[in-house]
Amino acid sequence: MPTSAADFELYRQMQRIRRFEETVLEAFPRGEFYGTTHTYVGQEANAVGVLSGIADGDVVVSNHRCHGHFLAYGGSMDALAAELMGRQTGVCGGRSGSQHIQWKDFYANGILGGTLPLAVGMALSEKRAGLGRVVIAFLGDGTLGEGITYESLNMAALWGLPVAFILEDNRYAQTTPLRLNLAGEMAGRFTAFGIPLVEADTTDVLEIQAIGEKAISHVRSGAGPFATILHTYRFAPHSKGDDTRDPAEVAHYRERDPLPLQGRRLDEATRRDVEKIVETEVEEAFRRAAGAPPADPSRLTEPLSGYA
Amino acid sequence: MTTVLDELRQSLHGCMQESEQVIFLGEDVLDPYGGAFKAARGLSTAYPARVITTPVSEAGIVGIGVGMALRGLRPVVEIMFGDFLTLAADQLINHAAKLRWMSNDQVQVPLVVRTPMGGRRGYGPTHSQTLEKHFLGVPGLRVVAVCDLDDPGGLLRSAIMEDDDPVLFVEHKLLYPAAVQSLHDLGEFDGHRSGTRYPVYSIRVVGAPNPVLTLAAYGHMTDLARKALLRLAYEHEIFGELVIFTQLSPVDPAPLLESVSRTRRLLTVEEASVAAGWGAELVAIAAERFGPDLRAGRVGARQMPVPAAGPLEEAVLPGVEDILRAALNLGVATSSR
Ligand SMILES: Cc1ncc(C[n+]2csc(CCOP(=O)(O)OP(=O)(O)O)c2C)c(N)n1
Ligand SMILES: [Mg+2]
Repeated sequence: MPTSAADFELYRQMQRIRRFEETVLEAFPRGEFYGTTHTYVGQEANAVGVLSGIADGDVVVSNHRCHGHFLAYGGSMDALAAELMGRQTGVCGGRSGSQHIQWKDFYANGILGGTLPLAVGMALSEKRAGLGRVVIAFLGDGTLGEGITYESLNMAALWGLPVAFILEDNRYAQTTPLRLNLAGEMAGRFTAFGIPLVEADTTDVLEIQAIGEKAISHVRSGAGPFATILHTYRFAPHSKGDDTRDPAEVAHYRERDPLPLQGRRLDEATRRDVEKIVETEVEEAFRRAAGAPPADPSRLTEPLSGYA
Repeated sequence: MTTVLDELRQSLHGCMQESEQVIFLGEDVLDPYGGAFKAARGLSTAYPARVITTPVSEAGIVGIGVGMALRGLRPVVEIMFGDFLTLAADQLINHAAKLRWMSNDQVQVPLVVRTPMGGRRGYGPTHSQTLEKHFLGVPGLRVVAVCDLDDPGGLLRSAIMEDDDPVLFVEHKLLYPAAVQSLHDLGEFDGHRSGTRYPVYSIRVVGAPNPVLTLAAYGHMTDLARKALLRLAYEHEIFGELVIFTQLSPVDPAPLLESVSRTRRLLTVEEASVAAGWGAELVAIAAERFGPDLRAGRVGARQMPVPAAGPLEEAVLPGVEDILRAALNLGVATSSR
């Protein structure tokens, strides 16, 4: 059976994230980057599945683990690589680094949960504007520990706002497993506020895409917020060299790798083509970033006085 | 008589009328209540679709304000008591203040967070504080404090309508019922106003000789500092100049240095304790310029929580006597006639 254009594109997007992140992890020990990073290896199907359903002008609110969300949103790989490398051509000119990516309607911030009221406020604005735009807000399982999460869910539900909360449960917050972090049920945290949800334990991008479409059409219809709980796993360390998990557990979840799962839907030759195309794109992105001028201290302006 | 509260309330009405982008939110802000200190009275009746009463969620509503500002609105968030700003500190410091800069100027956050501060109302240790000092020096966050001089409503309007960056707008509770003092009709004082968006005022006793002392104050303390200025003149023949700031952070050093260059003596007056405070910043700025030629002092609350009982509260918060004593301690010679 010939490969469908949709399957091709989903696989290509996931492969872009996978190879981008693997390259970041390879390059870090060589000192090509400065600072920190949180990679999305293993969770690619979430961002690609959910964000394949957004429309132009929809808002995406992301967190510290934002590279995958950003690439799936349509952000420039060159600019992302350059931001990680502290280049002038970075998404934010080297000011923001890995966890604070801002471009068009994409907003990421490294303060866990602090992004959620912003998402609710943006949804409130969009509801008032009446243009049918929605907000997609990603959060991790660990962020269920933040009080601000619940203020945000309450007001989103109270005011019937067009925001979809995408909870990516990768079963850990940094090094702490869920069982040491969370009492009660995840779903109950949303249903307590009357927020409908879909919960799935899958790495199949097609299933996630369908869930994402349901979430987005719900919020776009004006029916108020919606939540999806996606149980997932990250294959790489939380950040760089900080993996304390049992390697056998990681190996177990690697059997559910979302990439081969989707890759099998492509015919062999097409799959190899995708991989080659992506390989070139990633190599080029990092090569261009490495060749770009470093972020320029003379372009630093002071806030407020600089804007007075 | 127009009070500061009247002016602030009228200003809010004016801003709502001027622009559909202005949205007002806060706890208990709907009519007939109109907010704990009544600044929003009448607002929800006049603009029902743009006045939102919120759950008791200070961090959440400031964050929602940030989100709305990012999408082109001009939200005004009321925090019922300034003491509760601690809960919203993450939103102010890590989000509102940083977003514009961090995004390399791709976005802006025209947000105003208004809040009452200060004591002498007997509200006790968690409802009487002057907490703005903890928000000074945050890059990207402007801190503005209203006083009873000139044009309180205009000050608020500037923050809401003209400033594209986040503003923490501080209103001392005792200012609400205070009469607005026209700069041209200050009775025993002559007043001067700077041309900046958030003005700096300087006032002197009418007919006084050259000042030998600079007093710096803001908010409700300007009233106490004016009283001290008069008593210094009449009881001690010491003539000072009072420099009143409405923008507390970032500090504009020019008007401070200009006055101190003439007096070489600086006394700062604030209601918070002086430790790591606004006055400390001003004294540091002056000391960097004038070094050993500067004599400086700071007046503020005693370094303890604000007590509830009236006599205890009065003993902790700075008063006119404290200002006088500190001024006399600066070794000011009687001004020569
Ligand atoms: C407010 C706040 N507290 C702590 C941290 C440090 N931190 C960064 S990521 C992380 C774990 C987050 O876990 P989760 O929300 O499950 O996201 P994941 O990293 O698993 O994607 C922690 C504790 C932070 N960035 N922000
Ligand atoms: Mg997690």
